[in-house]
Amino acid sequence: MSTLADLAAPRADYTFAFLDEHAKREVRRSLLKAVCIPGYQVPYASREVPMARGWGTGGLQVTLSVIGERDTLKVTDQGADDSVNAVNIRRFVARMTGVVTTTDTLEATLIQSRHRIPEERLREGQILILQVPLPDPFSYLEPSRSKARELHADSDYALLWLRLYEDLTRRGEVMTGADHPVSVHGHYVMAPSPIPRFDVPKLHQAPHLTLLSAGREKKLYAVPPYTDVQPLAFTDVPFQIERQEGWVCAQSGVSGGFMTELPLPGGGARYVLSDTGLLDKLVRARRGEAVTVGETYTELGPEASP
Amino acid sequence: MTLTLEAAPQLIRVRPLLRVTGLHKRYGQTQAVRGVSFELYPGEVLGIVGESGSGKSTVLRLLNLEETPDGGRFELGETPDVFALTRQERRAVQVHQIGIVYQNPHLGLRLRSSASGNIAERLLSAGERRYGALREAASTSLAASEFPLARMDDPPLVLSGGMQQRVQLAKATALSPRLLLLDEPTTGLDVSVQARVLDTLRTMQRAHQVSMIVVSHDLGVIRTLADRVLVMRGGLVVERGLSDQVLDDPQHPYTQELVHAKL
Repeated sequence: MSTLADLAAPRADYTFAFLDEHAKREVRRSLLKAVCIPGYQVPYASREVPMARGWGTGGLQVTLSVIGERDTLKVTDQGADDSVNAVNIRRFVARMTGVVTTTDTLEATLIQSRHRIPEERLREGQILILQVPLPDPFSYLEPSRSKARELHADSDYALLWLRLYEDLTRRGEVMTGADHPVSVHGHYVMAPSPIPRFDVPKLHQAPHLTLLSAGREKKLYAVPPYTDVQPLAFTDVPFQIERQEGWVCAQSGVSGGFMTELPLPGGGARYVLSDTGLLDKLVRARRGEAVTVGETYTELGPEASP
Repeated sequence: MTLTLEAAPQLIRVRPLLRVTGLHKRYGQTQAVRGVSFELYPGEVLGIVGESGSGKSTVLRLLNLEETPDGGRFELGETPDVFALTRQERRAVQVHQIGIVYQNPHLGLRLRSSASGNIAERLLSAGERRYGALREAASTSLAASEFPLARMDDPPLVLSGGMQQRVQLAKATALSPRLLLLDEPTTGLDVSVQARVLDTLRTMQRAHQVSMIVVSHDLGVIRTLADRVLVMRGGLVVERGLSDQVLDDPQHPYTQELVHAKL
């Protein structure tokens, strides 16, 4: 004779990947819509997660919603796998799902990142999840949200262009440090999250899927594989990436990747590759270990002695 | 006796640029505009006078497509009814064919962007993506409205009232619109500046044969600029005719009061 206890589902403290199934389904539905309309900001519920808003709750919810048991996860913060934010998110997701984690871009199937796109080329089937603080490129330009939505619908981006005009007129160059607005698939202009301008060209016709999510602002959007992504730039003033000529990584000796500048006590600075997963592999390769370094987006300069 | 087309005066032979029929607009309980109709011919300046609350500014806002009317048709050039267009088409008409100068520069300008940027914005809306072309168009347009080019990159916030109006004018005319709307363009400026701005407006009008609608409660402005005039009161047109005729020999009691109320 069966008892009530036999009929009930076995007790579990948490569901797979922390969020309840309805929450995950809601995020996935929004993601599907986002993929169908490249660059369009889809609203979603944005549940509570055990992390403060502003620390990547948007990215975390997307990660938790799309992750499967056979995924391999990499989490980076400003390119680093070992910063507090990255470590906490990686540990949390690993505990809630039991997936394998890695720092190697080539091994990862799911990469959650804050402010960087890895240096090694992403391939088809990989998913890049970017944490976004301000999803709307009109954030500081158009105070009314409903007006901003109308501007998006009309594809009226004169205000964003005006900002570029003002920068060029007053300062002689475009001053968007990170988060340079990009036009996606010819209609919507999106904020690519605060990735440096160095990373923006990596999104154009990329074979991987990019998902962007802002937990506090409750918006997510996507760049599907092989989609046109063009940074806003006047036809006679070309788009420029950060100037880092002559910067050589102090640990691996390469140049050409995106560098972090570390100020030295006596003035001056030294530079290290911002992508620590790649840096780790390069350093191990120097020691003679057998590691596979993937093809990078930008050509890494010849190794000089660090 | 019928008039042959050849014998008809110029204004009758030329098709009007703009024809408004039966314009209505209501705000809650207030009927702001009740059945206003008029035409504007190419190169003509039409003045609209009336006291505060007479509906003259509402007419202008409707013509600038900022608000939707409750009734009426708006024929502009080859477009039979601008009000009936889709949202996108209306926006194209607003950007390419209509320019407006407001009494308050806050409404027409981004005060913190540079003066030249304000003009560039208009061209950017129309799809211009060359920085060099934007600079050139901005300086050409500002020069045409007699703005000192040495200050073209100053934000309107630090400019005087007369200069701000010149920036607005340059912005409104940057794309050579077919219709220029002026809403109390010189009210709030002191008398000498007012005279100079009016002078610029007249010079531009003569040079390019711009079709304008000027709304003002200042009969001096209307007399200086307008060929024809409409007198509005309580949302209705009470009198219309050539400026000289209406202002020198007013027929309607309200117009008579208005003309004689000058200080």
